[in-house]
Formats: sequence, structure tokens, C-alpha cells
Amino acid sequence: MATYLLKRILMLIPLMLGITLITFTVVHLAPGEPVEMQMAMNPKVGKEARERLRKFYGLDRPLHVQYADWVGKLVRLDLGRSFSPDNRPVTAKIRERLPITLSLNIIALLLEFGLAIPIGIMAATHRDTWLDKGITVFVFIGFAVPTFWLALLLMYLFGVKLGWLPISGLHTLGSDSYGIPRYLWDMAKHLVMPIMVASFGSLAGMSRYMRSSMLNVIGQDYITTARAKGLPERVVIYKHALRNALLPLITLAGFSIPGLIGGSVIFESIYSIPGMGQLFYQSVMSRDYPVVMGILIIGALLTLIGNLVADVCYALADPRIRHGGGAQ
Amino acid sequence: MRPARWFVLALVALAAACSQPAPQPKQVGSKDISPAYGDAIVEGTIGEASTLIPVLASDAASLAVAGQIYNGLVKYDKDLNIVGDLAESFDIARDGLTITFHLRRGVKWHDNAPFTARDVLYSYRVVIDPKTPTAYAEDFKQVKSITAPDDYTVRVTYGAPYAPALASWGAAILPAHLLEGQDITKSPLARKPVGTGPYRFKEWVAGQKVVLESNHDYFEGRPWIDRYIYRIIPDTSTMYMELKAGAVDLMNLTPVQFARQTTSTRFTARFNKYRYPSSGYVYMGYNLRHPLFTDKRVRQALTAAINKEELIHGVLFGMGQKAVGPIIPGRWAYNPHVKDIAYDPRHAAELLAQAGWREKNSDGILVKDGKPFSFTILTNQGNQQRLLTAQIVQQRLRFVGIDVRIRVVEWATFLKEFVDKGNFQVVMLGWNTSQDPDMYDIWHSSKTNPGELNFIGYKNAEVDRLLVEGRSTFDIEKRKKAYFRIQDILADEQPYTFLYVPDALPVVSSRIRGVKPAPAGIGYNQIHWYVPKAEQVY
Repeated sequence: MATYLLKRILMLIPLMLGITLITFTVVHLAPGEPVEMQMAMNPKVGKEARERLRKFYGLDRPLHVQYADWVGKLVRLDLGRSFSPDNRPVTAKIRERLPITLSLNIIALLLEFGLAIPIGIMAATHRDTWLDKGITVFVFIGFAVPTFWLALLLMYLFGVKLGWLPISGLHTLGSDSYGIPRYLWDMAKHLVMPIMVASFGSLAGMSRYMRSSMLNVIGQDYITTARAKGLPERVVIYKHALRNALLPLITLAGFSIPGLIGGSVIFESIYSIPGMGQLFYQSVMSRDYPVVMGILIIGALLTLIGNLVADVCYALADPRIRHGGGAQ
Repeated sequence: MRPARWFVLALVALAAACSQPAPQPKQVGSKDISPAYGDAIVEGTIGEASTLIPVLASDAASLAVAGQIYNGLVKYDKDLNIVGDLAESFDIARDGLTITFHLRRGVKWHDNAPFTARDVLYSYRVVIDPKTPTAYAEDFKQVKSITAPDDYTVRVTYGAPYAPALASWGAAILPAHLLEGQDITKSPLARKPVGTGPYRFKEWVAGQKVVLESNHDYFEGRPWIDRYIYRIIPDTSTMYMELKAGAVDLMNLTPVQFARQTTSTRFTARFNKYRYPSSGYVYMGYNLRHPLFTDKRVRQALTAAINKEELIHGVLFGMGQKAVGPIIPGRWAYNPHVKDIAYDPRHAAELLAQAGWREKNSDGILVKDGKPFSFTILTNQGNQQRLLTAQIVQQRLRFVGIDVRIRVVEWATFLKEFVDKGNFQVVMLGWNTSQDPDMYDIWHSSKTNPGELNFIGYKNAEVDRLLVEGRSTFDIEKRKKAYFRIQDILADEQPYTFLYVPDALPVVSSRIRGVKPAPAGIGYNQIHWYVPKAEQVY
């Protein structure tokens, strides 16, 4: 087991190097440069000012030198400084945005699973009844409705018309002076709508998955056996069937882990949530290379780690993988 | 061009206030609406500031916030005249080569250090320092020498008279005592600025808000409103809902919001809407190196075929006016007698016929030497107004037999692959103009190299001469003459079809009193805005 683990970890190094190379190339292949984005179409900017800024960012050096410089820093866990006028360290920019994106995504993910599983089970056990059809229509509406449109309608209803919930942002102005419970309550109220909208859209996929997985299991012999033994339907479904039906969903949950640090631009913009999605989008649009590459590298690293953890878990569960090489 | 890139001065002017008598206390019925200190104003902004050291910033959001915190030596007053700001007064020598600024005494930085000529000298040195990544060095490179005979006098000498020079001193003056000897790009002032302005920096929550507090020692008097808060709301629909819910006090409306969604009495009782010409214009620029557009008559015909009124109604819901040249109507350099080419498709057809476009093919498209009259309008992504404009133009030009295609390209690609390389036929873009009419960089024939702003390749010896004439004298009558003539020439030659000047459409909560729209907009007297005690909410 230890050698397997070591082998897998060593494999990550060339893989990561390849990722840095591809990331760097792709980012630099995009037309336009950070300098243009800041200074183009400005009559007060001369050629010299542009050259000055290029030099300041080190863009006047050959590409391979820039790459070596960047990777060299990366090895020392330094993501460099942003190419926007603030010139702040990339890590600082990511750090101030990561917590909110991470917590929002985790809550939304829990909510998705928490809702999708019962909905899927209900649809499966009531197959082809009106309930099943109703659920199908409901989740597909969620799937089909554009996020921004739904978000605006909800904002208008709850924020403007009824005044129950704040419209956007994370805090009410002046919430700094509240006590801790009231501060948290204020923040929770701000998060209700964004989380609702974020989860609603992905309900369809997840609950459909659950439904089909459940149906698959229900049709199997051991369920028939359980029923034949005279077990009550509740026990058959929730004890015997559910466990097996949940397995594919757990794999699905594993896949969503790297996605936790990514945010959705549309939804973050609409709700004015200062998260990773907006940071990434703005960086791409302004060709802020270090920030773009920094976020991509973190994402890639998380994906690799996620895969590693999944594989290790499989290995723990399945001796064939552990010993490296099928049923020899 | 993207919104608000180069009117730094205008922004500085908007932020600062002009000396005006304090509002008189008024009694209406039993309600006391006399000025009172306190409350806060929340302005919605789409973008987040990037740095609060203005010499390093090039985005509108940064410059707007910095404008509340810093002052320049001069500023524009409400009628767009240049007046002293940190300089109490200034003299221009008769030969136009030397400007002497007499600085205000007793002005203090927000950390209580005194403001002196040393700060001015530092601000000049840092902007021309080749190590400073700034966009604003150009104007200051014209300076031949700068001296400070004493702590409160600064004398600047130029090699040749340079009219935009005076306005360039509206650039923010930075605190030398905090920056001298430091690397300005790594200075903590970028996130925690110290200025001399009406508001001092309090707090910046990344991605959410910037909070400023009133400067009680401001040299023009303490602002009535205690806090100025910029809330970052990237989506305009969301911002509009926040406005309606009362969580935003000041924002810019879109034309459709102004014309259709904010007309109910419930809205107008709670908010005041303002409308005045913005400082930008939208145009269609022809690539003059392209054989299709070398003939002046063709360009005139294209203008005659486009109905500008229709564009203003269709795209701006009437919130704008026709543009006939590069100067915004109402400015002193605007020539009201420019001969505009009126919308007249028949006249357009005649002009095209004169230029050899007589026959039409089976699709109804004009043909010359076997080639159909067909071109692509290129515009940048993310600007719905320009896209709609292009679509209406496409329709109109189809009527006179011209086949137009529209291509929308992301901004960076647009600049790099098309504009810089001269690889386009027609672009649909806009310029934001500064208050000073100098437009050397856009029209002079020496500015046609890749990456420069005369990207359409316009060359006219007389215009070249007039541009130089206009910028090298302080005599306003002489300047007027030069710019009037330039406008006449451009109206005749039509290197651009000047389309329209959109209106600025700010809306302000009606609890905020003292807002007086003027040619400079509404921001110029912000320190005199106030909320009566009974109506304060924060």
C-alpha cells in the first residue's frame, strides 16, 4: 500500500509541471496584454508609458524566461503579484475571496444533496404516478430557468415588494456594530436567496440520478427477496435499497470537490458576492496573468488531490487495485 | 472606448466642490429641512477600485473614489472654468511659458501633516519617473523646469506654450512625507490613502464597499454628510433594485430605466432624476486605408443614409442628442454652425452614384466593377448600446443598397487583432472627451502608427496645423477659431460618422438636498449636499 501511495504521489510531479506549462501557454496565447487593457484608447498615454508598464510587469522578457521565473516562484509557493494597478500579491487576492466562495458552495452542495436524495427516492417509489411527474416537471423547470432571471424575480419579490430579505451583498451597512448573533443572522439572511438560486438549478441532475439509481436497485433480486420475506416496505426501501442506490451519488459528490473553489460569475455578479468567480472573470478580461494562472493552478492541484484521495479510497476498498494489476 | 477612461480631471472636478455660499435654512410647513451634519450617502458602483493612488490608476472606479480623497492644484468649477483648488490662485505669464501657482496656506493632510510645495514637487517627480507605471506622464513631460521659490509657491516653465498644461495640474497631489524615498507601487497608501480632500479614508472591504468619512478640517468647510460609501454592485439590475429598496442613494440609470421604469409618482417622490449631456460620443470610424472609404463622397453618403434621430430614440429612448463633430455640444469649443449632413437617403444615393456606385445586383446591393458594396462593422463585446446602434445602421444602409455585416469581438482581441493592426473596415466605438478640446492624439497624422489613436489613418495637413495651433496658445479666442475650423473640416470629410452624445442619467435619493445640476454635472458641490435632521437614516 505504501509503495502504491508513493508511486502515485511521485506521479503528481510531472503531471503538475505539465499543467503549469499548458496553463502558462494558453493564458499567454490569448490576444491582448494586461498593458493594453489598462492603457489602450487613452489619448494621454504615449508609447513610452506602455513600454514602461510592460517592463514593470516583466513582459518585455522572452516567454521562456517569464515561464521559468513564474515556475521558480511557484515552487516556493509564491504566486507572484497581480498585473492590475494594485499590484498586490495573488495569494492575498485569492485569500480574501476564497472563504465566502467555499462556504457558499459547501452549503449549496449540502442542500442539493439533502433535497435531491429524498426527491429522487420519492420519484422512484412513486414511479409514473402524478407525484413522479410533478417532481419531474418541477426539477426540470429549475434546470431550464436562467439563473439571472430567477434571481431578479426573487429579488424583486422578497427584496423590493415584500421587504423580507436583503437584495444583494453579504452584510447590511452598519452591521459591524451589531453583536455577534445579530451579525450572523444578518449575514444568513443575505445568503438565503443566493443559496436558493444556486441549489435550485442543480437539483434536476442530482435528483434524476438518484431516481434512476433507486429504480435500478429496486428491480434487483435481493429486493424482491426482502419483500418476499415480508419486510415492511419502509425497511426494504430505506434500509436495503437506499444504501446501494447511494453509491453512485457518492462518486458524484467526489467529483464536485474541485468545483468548490470555483464560483459562478453570473450569480456572484447578480448578488454582488465578492467571490472567486468574479475575481477569475475580471482577471481573464483584464489579462491579469498571475491571478488567472494562480487560480487555475490551485484548481488543478485540488483536482489532482481529489483524484488521488478517490483512488486511495478505491484501493482501500478493492485489493485488486492495491496490489497493482487485476486478478493475476 | 470603455467608459470613462480619460477624464481624470473631470472626475477630480466632480469630486471637489466649488466655493458657494452655504445653503440657506428653509422652513417648509412644520418640517425642518435646514442643513444638518450627519447621515451617509451610498453610491452604487459597478466596478471595484483597483488602487487609491490616482497616479497609478486608470479605471473610473478608482479615480472616482480617489477624487473624494485627494485634490489637485486646479479644478473645473460648475461652469467648467478652471479655478484654483489646492492653489489659491495661479498666474500664466504673458508668453504662456510659465505658470505660477500660489498654494493655499494651512491645508493639512488627513494625518495632520502640513501641505506644502514639497508635495507638489514630489507629485511631479513621481509621475515623470520612468520607474512609475503611470498613464499620465505625457502632459508633465512638456514641463521644462519646476521650482518652488518658497513653501507656498510653485513655478512651472514649459518649453513651448501648451494649452492642456493648466488642466493637467488638476491631477491629484500626493503626500510627499509618506511617499518620498519609497517604492510607490508597493506603498500601503494604495489601500489606505491619505489626501487633503473633503472625505478621508476609513475602510475598504474587498469586493463589497469603500467607506469614507467627512474631513472636518477640509479647507472649503466640513461636508454636511458624514460618510460617503461606495457599494460595489456589479450588476445594474441589482443596483436598481437596491435603489428601490432604499439601500443605494445614488447611481446612474440606463436610458430604459430613466425613460420607462422610473416614471411612477411613487418613484419620483423618493428620488430626483437628473439628465445632462455626458462627455462622450459614439461614432462609426471608417478605415481610410481601405479602398471602399477613400472617397469622401462615399463617407458623406453613409452619413446621409443613417438617421441619427432614429438611433437616439431606438437605442437611448431619446436620452441623448445628435453628434456632428468631436466636441460635445455646449462646450466652449463647440461650433454651433457646423454643416451637418441631414438624413436623406435620396441624397445618399446621389452621392454614391457620383462615386461610381450606380448599378444594383439581383439582391438590391450596389455594385461597382463587379464588386458589391459590402463591409463589416466591428464593435466590442459587452456594450449593448453599440450593438443595437450597429443593427439599426445595418437596416438603414440596406435601404440604399449597402450590405453590412456586424461582428462583435471581445475587447482585448478587438484592440490587438483588429484596431492596432488596422485590420478592420468600420468600427463602432465611443470616445470620452476631456474638458479641454485638445484632440491632437486622435486626429493628427503623426498618430497613425500601430497602437496609436488615429487608427483610422486620417491625414489632413490643415487639420494637423490647426491641432498644433489650438494646443499652443492660452488665448481662448484663437483656440476657438482653430477648433471651429477643425469641426468644419471634419463635418465635410466625415472620417467618422459622428452618431450621438448619450445623456448622463444620475438619480439621487430625495432625502439628499442641495443637489444643483450645472454644466459640470451634479458632483461638483457634493460637500454642500445635506440631509435634514428629521430625514437622516444612517
